[in-house]
Amino acid sequence: MSGPLNVVVLVKQVPDSGAPRSLSATDATVDRESGDLVVNEMDEYAIEEALRLTKDRGGQVTLLTMGPVQAAQSIRKALQMGADAAVHITDEALHGSCAVKTSLVLAAALRTLEWDLVICGAESTDGQLAVLPAMLSQRLGIPALTGARKLAIDDSVDGAAETASAGCVGRIERQTETGYQLVQAELPAIVSVWDTINEPRYPTFRDIMAAKSKPISTLCLADLGIASSDVGAAGATSRVDEAVPRPPRQAGVIVEGDERAGTKLVEFLATRRLV
Amino acid sequence: MAASSVLVLVEHAAGTLNKATADLLTAARGLGEPIAVLLDTPDADEALIAELGKLGVDAVLRLRHPRVAKYVATPAAKALAHLVAQRQPAAVLVAATADGKEIAGRLAVLTESGLLTDVTDLNSEGAAVQEIFAGSTIVRSHVTVGTPIYAVRTGAISPDAITPQPTTPTVEEFTVDFSTDGVSHTLEDAQILEEVVEPKGSRPDLADAAVVVAGGRGVGSAAGFELLEQFADALGGAVGASRAATDGGLYPHQFQVGQTGKTVSPQLYIACGISGAIQHRAGMQTAHTIVVINSDPNSPIFEIADFGIVGDLHTVIPQALVALRERAGH
Repeated sequence: MSGPLNVVVLVKQVPDSGAPRSLSATDATVDRESGDLVVNEMDEYAIEEALRLTKDRGGQVTLLTMGPVQAAQSIRKALQMGADAAVHITDEALHGSCAVKTSLVLAAALRTLEWDLVICGAESTDGQLAVLPAMLSQRLGIPALTGARKLAIDDSVDGAAETASAGCVGRIERQTETGYQLVQAELPAIVSVWDTINEPRYPTFRDIMAAKSKPISTLCLADLGIASSDVGAAGATSRVDEAVPRPPRQAGVIVEGDERAGTKLVEFLATRRLV
Repeated sequence: MAASSVLVLVEHAAGTLNKATADLLTAARGLGEPIAVLLDTPDADEALIAELGKLGVDAVLRLRHPRVAKYVATPAAKALAHLVAQRQPAAVLVAATADGKEIAGRLAVLTESGLLTDVTDLNSEGAAVQEIFAGSTIVRSHVTVGTPIYAVRTGAISPDAITPQPTTPTVEEFTVDFSTDGVSHTLEDAQILEEVVEPKGSRPDLADAAVVVAGGRGVGSAAGFELLEQFADALGGAVGASRAATDGGLYPHQFQVGQTGKTVSPQLYIACGISGAIQHRAGMQTAHTIVVINSDPNSPIFEIADFGIVGDLHTVIPQALVALRERAGH
C-alpha cells in the first residue's frame, strides 16, 4: 500500500493578466492597487494536481503564499478548491523582494513544514521568470521536476514505507520545444506544472462554505530567522532603473465590406516584400 | 580597465549549434570578451568547435562529462558556478529557454548573484531591457549583487553590425567535482530517462518561423484550420492558434501563441478569427507586420493591425490563395 502524501502548493497573488497592468510609479514594484488581484492561473493547475494525488493515497494539501496582507483574500479563494490549510508569509519588509530573495524566504518557510512534495505553477503571469522551482531545489537540496505536463508518483523502491517520501519516485513528462522528456527524481521533490497537466475544478457551494473555516496561519521574517535588511528592496539583487509603456503601433489600413479584400491583402504583402 | 570576460553557455543539440548561440555571443560582445562554455558528452567530436570558430569565438572552455546529458540543468549550473569562482567573469549569459532559465536560477543561488530573465537587449554597462506584462511595459534593470546572470531571449538581439571574423578557437578543457559542491552532494539532480520528439510535420517551427498564420475561435472548426494550414504553406509559414482555439479543441495545444503559450516575433503575423485578448497579444505583438482578418470590426486586435480586413476568413483566404498562385505564375 502506498503511504499518504503530504503536499505543499505554492500560490501567488497576481494582478489579473486580462486587464492592463503596470509597475508602481513610486518604487517600480508590481502595482497591486489599480487592478483586480487574482490567484496566479498556473497555480490552480498545481492545486488540482495536489488534490488528485492525495485523493487516493491520503495526505494533507497545504497552500503556501508570500505576499502582502491582502493576499489572504486570494488564499481563501484558492482554499475553495479543496486544500486543507494555508500558510501566509507576510511582512512589510518583504515588499520589493527579488526572485533570489523570494526563494530564500520560501525555502525557510518550507523547512518549517512537513511535506513529501512541493508543487507550483511553471511561472507566474506577472513576473514570468520561471526560476523559482530551480532556486528552491538548489536551496533545499531536493530535485526539481520542472515544466510537467504529466506527473506520476511511483512507490517503486519500498512500498511498505511509513511516509511517501521514503523510496518514492516522481516521474514527469517535461514539456520541451520539440516534444517532451521523461524525467524522474526521488521524493522529496519540487514539481512545477504547465496548464496542459489537468483541468482545474470549479469549487462547489459546499467547497466554498468549507473554505471559510479552514486555517490560515501566518509567518513573519522573525519566525523564519531572516533579517529585514536581507530581503525586500534593501536586499534585492537587481534594480529597476526605468519602466515605460510600449510605444503604440502606428494605425494601419482597415478594409471593410470589400469583395476584393483577399486580393488586396496579397497586394499589401507584396508592397512590404512579404510574398 | 581591461576588457573583462563574459561567459556564454553554448546552446547545442544533436551535434550542431542552436541559432541562439550566435545571439548570445552578440549580446556578450557588448559587455566584454566572450568565452564560450561548451558542455558536452565525452564522445563529442570537434565539429562544434569549428562552428564556434565561424561565429568568431576566440576562447572555448569545454567540459566533457556523462552527467551533462543525464540530468536537467544541475550539471550546467554547477559547471558555471565553478567557472564563476575560478575566473571572476563580468557576467554570465544563457539563453532564456526553459533549460536556460533553470540553469540561471540555480546559478544565482549557487553564486549568490542577481539574475535578469527574458532580456531583449543589453548595453555595455550591463543594463538589461526586458518587456513585461504581456510586452506592454519596457523595463531597464541592472544586477546589483554578485556576478550578473542574464537569460537572453533569443531572436530578440539585433545581429552584429559587422560579421565577426572566423577564427580557430583555443580550447581549454576543465573538470568539475560534482560531488563536493558545498550544497548537498547531488540531491538536486533530476534524471532524464528519455527524450521524445513528437512529429510536427513539414512546417517551420512556430518559435522561429518568418511567417505565422494563426487562428482563433472565429475559425469555427478543426476543418477551418485546414484552410489556415494551406495559407501558411503557401507563405512558407507556421500555424499558430489562440488559447480559445486550443482550449476549444480546434488545434493542438503545442501551437498556442500567447501568455501561456509561445512568444513569437515573425516578419509577418496573420491573425484569423482572433479577437486579440491581452494574453494573446503578449505572444505576438512584436511581430514586424501584423495582418488581421476578422468578421467583428470591434475586435481589439484591429488596434495593432498594419493591414486589417473586416470580413469572413472563409472567403478572404481562398481569394488570397488564388492571388498568391497568380503571382507565382508570373
